[in-house]
Amino acid sequence: MKTSQTANGESFRWPQPETARVPYQVFVDPAIYTREQEQIFRGPVWNYVALDAELPNPGDFKATFIGDTPIVVTRDREGELHAFVNRCAHRGALVCREMRGNRNTHVCAYHQWSYDLRGQLIGVPFRRGIEGKGGYPADFDPTTISLSQLRVATYNGVVFASFAQEVEPIEDYLGPTQQPWFTRVFNRPVRVLGYGRQFIRANWKLYAENTRDPYHASLLHLFHTTFGIYRSSQGGGVIMDDTGRHSMIRAFKRTEIAERAAYETTALRTYQKGYTLADPSLLQSRKEFEVELTNSIHSIFPCLVIQQIFHTLATRHILPKGPDSFELLFTFFCYADDDEDMLQKRIKQANLVGPAGYISMEDGYAAEIVQQAIVRDQDACSFLELGGVEASNVEDLVNEAAVRGFWQYYRHIMDF
Amino acid sequence: MNAREIRDAVEELQYAYVHCIDDDRLEEWPEFFTEHCLYKVVPRENADQNLPIALMYCDSRGMLQDRVVAHRAANLYAPHYYRHMVSAIRIVGRDPAEISAQTNYTVFRTMADPIHYGETELYSTGKYLDMIVFEDSQARFREKVVIADTCKIQSLLVTPL
Repeated sequence: MKTSQTANGESFRWPQPETARVPYQVFVDPAIYTREQEQIFRGPVWNYVALDAELPNPGDFKATFIGDTPIVVTRDREGELHAFVNRCAHRGALVCREMRGNRNTHVCAYHQWSYDLRGQLIGVPFRRGIEGKGGYPADFDPTTISLSQLRVATYNGVVFASFAQEVEPIEDYLGPTQQPWFTRVFNRPVRVLGYGRQFIRANWKLYAENTRDPYHASLLHLFHTTFGIYRSSQGGGVIMDDTGRHSMIRAFKRTEIAERAAYETTALRTYQKGYTLADPSLLQSRKEFEVELTNSIHSIFPCLVIQQIFHTLATRHILPKGPDSFELLFTFFCYADDDEDMLQKRIKQANLVGPAGYISMEDGYAAEIVQQAIVRDQDACSFLELGGVEASNVEDLVNEAAVRGFWQYYRHIMDF
Repeated sequence: MNAREIRDAVEELQYAYVHCIDDDRLEEWPEFFTEHCLYKVVPRENADQNLPIALMYCDSRGMLQDRVVAHRAANLYAPHYYRHMVSAIRIVGRDPAEISAQTNYTVFRTMADPIHYGETELYSTGKYLDMIVFEDSQARFREKVVIADTCKIQSLLVTPL
């Protein structure tokens, strides 16, 4: 157990039992937030930055973030992807000022320093001055200057970047337990269908917890139970990697009889009768995957979630914006070879997720009502003992094992 | 109907529509649409790139009713009120069967939860692209596409725009 300094200079010590308690301080402390930017987002991790399909052509670029650092992802003339910090090497201005597009070079607006698609400096105005006056010294060498370049890796069409020189290959970072689930969704080329953005006034880790928490699914999200679509007793389980940082939560449908039986033996406020969907076409589905799941929520540390909910496919990108807010970016996609019927199903079922999603809108709200209530008593902590205190794989959905797994790895990478 | 009568009918429809939502009479909201209709809320980010994903996508009056039931009974959110401002109502197309109109909207959201009680913020601004038909002399939306300039939703979207 290590102690660390915090914003107010006091020492910080993780409470006991450390696997099953989280001090509220980690959600509000600016010093801890700053430490996360260094040790997590600039540390030995692969950060989700794009889908390959968002940058199909040479010159395509996308502006995004790693942690709260603005970056740019580009595709060069040879088709290689690059990523660099979006900050001019001259005076620190934002170089790329558009969300996406296609350019041969990226030119800083302030003094027109220009960079190639790898982030290498290629042009400096008035380098020799004017009429022998001004300009840079003779030993000024543009070839030694670039935007701060990141490592880039692509796995099955998903693009990651890392500040760290010492990070394992992406395949090893995902590990053998997560790769098959990743590949289950990213099994062939995809096409982007659109974006949905939410701004949540809560710490980003409250959302990281949420996607590792199958306990809340039928309790917070009342959509299924309201409309008599029995779900609380779904079969499923949690599969983590060795470190606990990634988790795959899968839910599959039991027979209706089994669902109803499980419901009726449990006294839940969420069991309501009386409503049915006026238009049930929303939930029409057909067989799509080898392993059929109604929901799969695959969290890749630190800030990527890959979801399949019915036929809705999306990445969710968690973008920290300070200790008490984050943006949640949904990127919806389909397969490039989808037929029209499947495409229409995906578009209609997008009602289920995103900022207005029937079974996802509450997730950000849940994070917000935690953030609102933990303004004081920061040595108080949350209680994570559902299913015990271990962070190991389980074959049920009434468990906080993956939340404990997240915090286990968080304590490790943060040196707490 | 002459041009003046059509304009009056379209304006009255828009005003009645926003009052319905702002007065929290959501159960009446589906009645502003035809049985076979299309209502969708599309972030401008998607519309500008011709990307089809909408935040809300209802292609029948039944789906609108389901949104209302979910709003009342299923979804959880901080209690709030909307106040719509609509302006620049313009009829942009008119054929014998239907009228197309474009209208600017702005929605202010006032919170009624204990933390932010009474606070108002600019929640969403954008435009309505509407296809309007007359059924038994009642104007209804056959199609209402909300293009939301505000593509970063504050917290969540549960009350229709």
